[in-house]
Amino acid sequence: MTATLTEYTGAIPEKRQITNKPRFSDKVFRFIVTSGGFTSLIILGLIALFLLLRGLPVIKDMGFGFITGFEWNPGDPENGVPVKFGIGAMLIGTIVVAVIGLILALPIAVGTALFLTYYAPEGVKKPLTIAVDLMAAIPSVIYGLWGFFVLMSHAVYWEKLIHKYLGFIPFFKMQAPVYERSPFIAGIVVGIMIIPIITAISREVFSQVPLDRIQAAYALGATKWTMIRSVVLPFGSSGVAGGAMLGLGRAMGETIAIYLVLNIYFSPNFQVLFSAGGNVASLIVSKFGEAGEYELRGLMAAGLILFIVTLIVNFLSNAIVKRTSRTGK
Amino acid sequence: MATLDYSSVKPQKPWRLDSKQLALNAGIFILAILLTPVLLNITALNGKLGGAFIFIVLATVGNIVLSLIRQGVKTISTSIAASLIYVATGLVLLPLASVLITVIMRGKDAIRFNTLTQDMRFSQPDAAFTEGGALHAILGTVEIVLIASIICVPLGILTALYLTEIKGRFENLVRFLVQAMSGVPSIVAGLFIYTVLIVTLGAKYSAFAGALALSILMLPTVARTSEEVLKLIPNDLREAGVALGATQWRTVAMVVVPAAKSGILTAVILGVARVAGETAPLLLTILGNTSTHLNPFDGPVAALPLYTFSLMKTGLEVAVSRAWGGALILLTLVLILFITARLLSGKKR
Repeated sequence: MTATLTEYTGAIPEKRQITNKPRFSDKVFRFIVTSGGFTSLIILGLIALFLLLRGLPVIKDMGFGFITGFEWNPGDPENGVPVKFGIGAMLIGTIVVAVIGLILALPIAVGTALFLTYYAPEGVKKPLTIAVDLMAAIPSVIYGLWGFFVLMSHAVYWEKLIHKYLGFIPFFKMQAPVYERSPFIAGIVVGIMIIPIITAISREVFSQVPLDRIQAAYALGATKWTMIRSVVLPFGSSGVAGGAMLGLGRAMGETIAIYLVLNIYFSPNFQVLFSAGGNVASLIVSKFGEAGEYELRGLMAAGLILFIVTLIVNFLSNAIVKRTSRTGK
Repeated sequence: MATLDYSSVKPQKPWRLDSKQLALNAGIFILAILLTPVLLNITALNGKLGGAFIFIVLATVGNIVLSLIRQGVKTISTSIAASLIYVATGLVLLPLASVLITVIMRGKDAIRFNTLTQDMRFSQPDAAFTEGGALHAILGTVEIVLIASIICVPLGILTALYLTEIKGRFENLVRFLVQAMSGVPSIVAGLFIYTVLIVTLGAKYSAFAGALALSILMLPTVARTSEEVLKLIPNDLREAGVALGATQWRTVAMVVVPAAKSGILTAVILGVARVAGETAPLLLTILGNTSTHLNPFDGPVAALPLYTFSLMKTGLEVAVSRAWGGALILLTLVLILFITARLLSGKKR
């Protein structure tokens, strides 16, 4: 049975076009997904735009003094008290608290990450990792509550010890013996809150250390610590630095926990044990309730500054982390 | 044929401590425990924490001395580092345990059956525990979180799909922006929604406003976790779909997303867990309420974190106990979400 092609008399279908042009449905799909992908851009843009629009009059009126000024006074036009809004003390306070938190959290977080990657027995690793992740999931209002009612009394005791023995260092001097609600305590609370972030990133970096280098170090006679010092830490240092920056950004944006444990005071204070600190986010929470129209604009401008600062810190941390993962040394 | 008999050779761990050495280690440990109260009396330190501090120092020093005797001076840095690393891990677990234990111990007194069935409409914050409750706050939180998920989940998944399926020209930009968004302080999200909705558009404080603020905070978590999951879907699946003649839209909708279903669910749960406890943005957008209020677009609502926060701020003893109760309910909620996410993601691998 051989049927030849010539016997076929019907119309020969045209050769099918091969095309890589997307169909209509694909075009719609791509459009929707792409526009969905730009949500974050739109939201970030809108945040900056609206806070700027609302806050601009205050920034204009106060000029550069909005960032450098130390006074926050809604004013009293009838009695001739001028309106003055300046978040200088708050910005300094935010940085002071975040840095204290970072100083406390960084060694602990790196130590824990090292423990999780190189020291922990197999059975302990997983539960411990879950415990650290759990720490990140606990709401900040609970940390604030705990910080105020549980940590405060202990922390005051440590503060007294530090003041007694290290009081000669300018940071640990005291104007008056009021230890409660100090930047130091807020720093401890924030430090606890950023430990899981730094630990997670450090662990990630440490687990990427090439096995051959570790084994080479051991083969050359390194002990566990000398191996870590000469292989793991140099490899992971910039990743850890990025994680620390990320933690710093979180610490600067933290609101409720700090509001509960820090005494807001409108003057720059570097005596970290003394009960006077500043925090931009807490300023917004504390003034929001009774603020008039113009003061609200001031708070929005403060929010804008906070937004920009955390964005910059985040940007730097991303750049640092990315550099590690690309070069890998 | 001469074969080696391996059965008699047992794998050995010569570095493992023998029973005598282990006993010495335990001895140091016990000695530290015994010496702690003595030193506690002599020095200026006192209290449980002072005791813990002395114990840690003693145990660490004892271990270092022991390894100094065993292995000599050259490895001293190794043993010091090991001790410090153990101490660091302990310092992480200490606050975690303290937070969990205090919330449970102090919160359990304020939890009665009526806590879950009544609101605070007719009760003062410092009324006895047998009247009033957190029903309004629980319902408010559930409502706000649900609305936030409805807004945020599609956007988050679309962002993740853009990053993994379309891989357009702006892939890196979008990834960077999502990262940047995860760093937006929660108070700024609240302030933004307050500015847009309540100041500019003149809307009222409402659950919807709160949900919008929370969805800003939730979006990066959902998008990033979904992206991680979608990346794990093997490319073979996508190629097979397209090779069978499906359009990209069909492939994604029928093959890729169903394959990543449980992972995306995990992403959503993690997002919810991230925002369920947020207080600051809610303070500026829902204002809080003492009675149950379910209309999401009209009027102030209560939520658990805000309930806890405002009761604590009253400073009254009973109200603070109620606040601990609220914290316990909130913590339970977050824990349930956290464990569910763990189980879901654990099943996949």
